[in-house]
Amino acid sequence: MTADFGTPTPWQIATVERVVVETYRARTFSLRLAEPRSFRAGQHYDVRLTAPDGYQAQRSYSIASPPPPDGSDAAGAGLADVIDLTVELIPDGEVSPYFHEVVQPGDALEVRGPIGGPFTWGSDLGGPLLLLAGGSGIVPLRSILAHRATAAPDSAALLLYSARTPADVIYRDWLDAQAQCAGKVAVRYAFTRRPPPLWDGYARRIDPPMLSDCIAALAHLDDAGRPPLCYACGPTGFVENAADALLSVGISETSIRTERFGPTS
Amino acid sequence: MTTRGFFGRRREAPPRPIPPGQYLERGFPVLTAGPTQRIPLEQWQFSLVGVDGEPLGQWDWAQFCALPQTEVFTDIHCVTKWSKLDTTWKGVTIDDLLAAAGVVNTPPYLMAFSYGGYTTNLPSWDVLGGRGMVALEFDGKPIEAQHGGPARLVVPHLYFWKSAKWLQGIRFMDADRPGFWEQYGYHMYGDPWKEQRYWGD
Repeated sequence: MTADFGTPTPWQIATVERVVVETYRARTFSLRLAEPRSFRAGQHYDVRLTAPDGYQAQRSYSIASPPPPDGSDAAGAGLADVIDLTVELIPDGEVSPYFHEVVQPGDALEVRGPIGGPFTWGSDLGGPLLLLAGGSGIVPLRSILAHRATAAPDSAALLLYSARTPADVIYRDWLDAQAQCAGKVAVRYAFTRRPPPLWDGYARRIDPPMLSDCIAALAHLDDAGRPPLCYACGPTGFVENAADALLSVGISETSIRTERFGPTS
Repeated sequence: MTTRGFFGRRREAPPRPIPPGQYLERGFPVLTAGPTQRIPLEQWQFSLVGVDGEPLGQWDWAQFCALPQTEVFTDIHCVTKWSKLDTTWKGVTIDDLLAAAGVVNTPPYLMAFSYGGYTTNLPSWDVLGGRGMVALEFDGKPIEAQHGGPARLVVPHLYFWKSAKWLQGIRFMDADRPGFWEQYGYHMYGDPWKEQRYWGD
């Protein structure tokens, strides 16, 4: 009835190369793609599992790794032959427990991607960047931060990462290294349940004063002091709250990109 | 391809078939590219626009609520893989809307457009005959802002991104053109039973 529009995104086989334990409930799976494809930081892949009786389950997981340097595909982007997907364990879930309990290097998985449009960043969009992560919402923001480091190292970025406790922080070492070696990047944590002893950082959910504070800090990192482009990713409640708070401190709606996951009650 | 060591941990057997690749969800997840729109009812306006941009009808909130209200009991299916069963929506069917505006010849396609700039394209056929409505209530209550209130399109036989939140109006088109997600790789039509998630499906 309706003509197709654009190029298809076919299923392909990926081979698990490596499994990294990030936290007590997050693991990163490096997948080697049979058919390398370019992608933009912030996009995701779909994974499809098939049981012997033909039953299938599909889920979407954000890419944690940055796009490869510019290369030779039609749009001038590099082709990624390995992508990292970070999967958070949902104890009563169906696909994430499979990843955590069964998947090992050498396994073959069906995947398709990349998928996703507005929640992406490339050097064409510039900075400064205000990245707001709630829990495993850090995953696509890690791709954006890592891409920024090579594609636009002069663009300032501030990551505000809301997690329940320090044990829930994914990529902690990598994030802190980014903040230490790159003068243009700052990382701040907000612990919502149990902050570490003697913690002098944020120990509450994201709110307008916290965002004003971060926006001021980001303005110091950005030479021109321009208003930031904002990306918020996390559970629905986190993103609703963060986006409303951004609007309330004067960020324009067109500068806010969001990605939500999980149900509302 | 059978996946090694995967047998499926069906969390709950669906009481009736759900489309391929979907799972049952009791909550109500949210898929939105930006902040939630909050439109005061006194500022809310709904427009029906012809193919050349000519106005075919316009209603404010009170006028819209005075149109015939219909209740629909249905399952909904989101492209992000969840399906939610037994939802109840109440609002104005597109049939009643067109009748109120006196539109007789319906152009073949339409673009639903929303507060905040969201758009999605549909064949007009798919919203006629009781298959599409502008819903004002979900499960007996006004639709919450984060789920698209005060008014959202509901076309339950297509993936739910076609059911535009914060609906501001419908513009008819002579030819099919991609809306917001459709430009980003989502399918032009979006039939969940054919698993038309992305371009080429």
